[in-house]
Amino acid sequence: MSEKPRVGLFVTCLVDLFRPTIGFAAVKLLEKAGCTVEVPASQVCCGQPSYNSGDKADTKAIARGVIQAFEPYDYVVAPSGSCAGMIREHYPELFADEPALMPRVHHLANRTYELVSFLVDVMGVKNVEARYPGVATYHDSCSGLRELGVKEQPRALLASVAGLAVKELPGAETCCGFGGMFCVKYPEISNRMVADKAADIQATGADTLLAGDLGCLLNMAGKLTREGSTVKVRHVAEVLAGMADAAPPIGRKRQGP
Amino acid sequence: MHPTSRAFRANATAALSNKTLQQAMANLGFRQKRLEAVARLPEFDALRDQARDIKNHTLQHLDFYLEAYEAKVRDSGGQVHWCRTPEEARQTILGICRSLNARSVTKGKTMIAEEIALNPFLEENGIAPIETDLGEYIIQLRNEPPSHIIAPAIHVTKEQVADSFLEKHAIYGKTRRLTEPREMLEEARGILREKFLRADVGITGANFLIAETGSSIIVTNEGNGDLTQLLPRAHIVLATPEKLVPTLEDVSTILRLLARSATGQEFSVYTTVSTGPRRTEDPDGPEQYHVVILDNGRSAMLGTEFQDMLRCIRCSACMNHCPVYGAIGGHAYGWVYPGPMGAVLTPSLIGVDQAGALPNASTFCGKCESVCPMKIPLPKMMRHWREREYERRLSSTVSRYGIALWAFLARRPALYHLATGWAARVLGRLGQRHGNFENLPLAGGWTRFRDLPAPEGKTFHQAWAERPLRTQDR
Repeated sequence: MSEKPRVGLFVTCLVDLFRPTIGFAAVKLLEKAGCTVEVPASQVCCGQPSYNSGDKADTKAIARGVIQAFEPYDYVVAPSGSCAGMIREHYPELFADEPALMPRVHHLANRTYELVSFLVDVMGVKNVEARYPGVATYHDSCSGLRELGVKEQPRALLASVAGLAVKELPGAETCCGFGGMFCVKYPEISNRMVADKAADIQATGADTLLAGDLGCLLNMAGKLTREGSTVKVRHVAEVLAGMADAAPPIGRKRQGP
Repeated sequence: MHPTSRAFRANATAALSNKTLQQAMANLGFRQKRLEAVARLPEFDALRDQARDIKNHTLQHLDFYLEAYEAKVRDSGGQVHWCRTPEEARQTILGICRSLNARSVTKGKTMIAEEIALNPFLEENGIAPIETDLGEYIIQLRNEPPSHIIAPAIHVTKEQVADSFLEKHAIYGKTRRLTEPREMLEEARGILREKFLRADVGITGANFLIAETGSSIIVTNEGNGDLTQLLPRAHIVLATPEKLVPTLEDVSTILRLLARSATGQEFSVYTTVSTGPRRTEDPDGPEQYHVVILDNGRSAMLGTEFQDMLRCIRCSACMNHCPVYGAIGGHAYGWVYPGPMGAVLTPSLIGVDQAGALPNASTFCGKCESVCPMKIPLPKMMRHWREREYERRLSSTVSRYGIALWAFLARRPALYHLATGWAARVLGRLGQRHGNFENLPLAGGWTRFRDLPAPEGKTFHQAWAERPLRTQDR
């Protein structure tokens, strides 16, 4: 079994804090696809909060920790296009003035993937054994879509989920207004964007909203519950892994006693 | 134009609750039209690479091309005026107008004139500036700055135009309130025709300056630019150094991208090339041809991380596709250039201390870069401005301390996991009942408009450490 690719799971700080179920769903999918999964304990965050706030020095310090923690793996996989995009696209830029470190930076960047695109594009997964009765719509998170080309992969795998119909979301590629710190720095603008998004989601008539990034999901789920919508919000990995029973939808209380 | 960019958030909030503005901004047709135009041109993406390379090459050798251009303008009987500051540009233009005893000046659309606040300056000096682009004409009547770089009156509704015409056209004996856009266009055209014939000087911008021939090019859809530059005694082209392109061949490459990116047209209705004043064999044209080239901080961008911004051809695709611009319109940005290109350019021209809010007002969704015909990495440059702001300690104290505290923890994994483990447990327990929070101390920015979903109760790392071994057997 030494042929099994060794994957380091980049949990992401939001999944770690808010929704571990997504991490476990990622592990299940990766193992099912034939990978050995490990979770380096010293990982924290990819550094986007400081990077996008202009704090380059702290970002570099955080990124150095990531580079070190994930050195030993064949692949680094994150259940987030945003964090994977940070490592893949932005780390090389961040360390452009440190040529001595570049081989290690590129080594990490080139092996880092967003979960669903890794399953499809690298591991060749064509279908999943999962069941989810309902109608889902899918939001394309910006970084995954535009930095990593995540578009068809989640749709391809969702098509194999038993009982699930996928209804396309008009404006699926339009930002939901999360944007990390943006949503609290400019709450009024962010609110307008997520209100538009929530209206589009509800207009599809779907009972479930899926996406691949927890930041966007928290934003959209928070708006939908605030508006009293019954749309259930989940990370796409939860549905693909058949783990919808493991946790209530995002922002919903656990059913039963 | 006095910048109000520092009040960006207040401007934006006001814009969001301005019903008339929201009504005017509701149906921007540009996105769909661009999409269709691009779909019809298979080589569109290859052209973007070519166009980027042309401009990069030009900027790399800008000194050479500027000198070559000036020599050609001189050969064709025109004159180039180099101006470092807005004041130098205003004085140069005033000098030309005075030498001709000019009373009125017609203007084609030029954003540089906005940059140097030319209209109020001319008025102060007894010269009447007359905007001839319909959109510019409308906002001149309304005494407003443009809110978009190619559709300056995009924030104005049809009803507001009718009101302005009724009020301002009474002096021409026009006293009926119009309802149809076509009627409004015809009324404005009739009034402007008279003014075209009387103007002493015509001022236009330039979409391109061509080094090979010493020509300037404007692209318009109304033909007003041609009348502006052909009828008066002098034509003043108001431009900036980065408009330069080496050859006509290069321009034709970039022109294939410009209108498609802007309005979704394959080509704008008029593409007008001007070279020097009227020659003896020409049937018409100005006696004098002046090119005022304003730097206003642009040469200082060369060789910096903001140099790529000088590739911009002012197509407006970035703002047309920007969800932030779409929500708040252009005036909220508080100076001449709105949207993503403005968020990068404005701090370069008026200082990041004045305009630091603009590059922060982005989710980095990347849509602007994806539609930019010149492949300008707009989000990356907005981030660079945030870095300059952070270095100079211009960002808000709260956000600086917040980030510093977070980064302190994030650099210490053991401590971080201790803190998040505690937070997940406390928030998880507090949020158990509803599954989310309607409000939470210190999270007002979030919970004012949306609930905060509650954490599950344990962090992933805690749960992973406690996992039964079966997860590995699955």
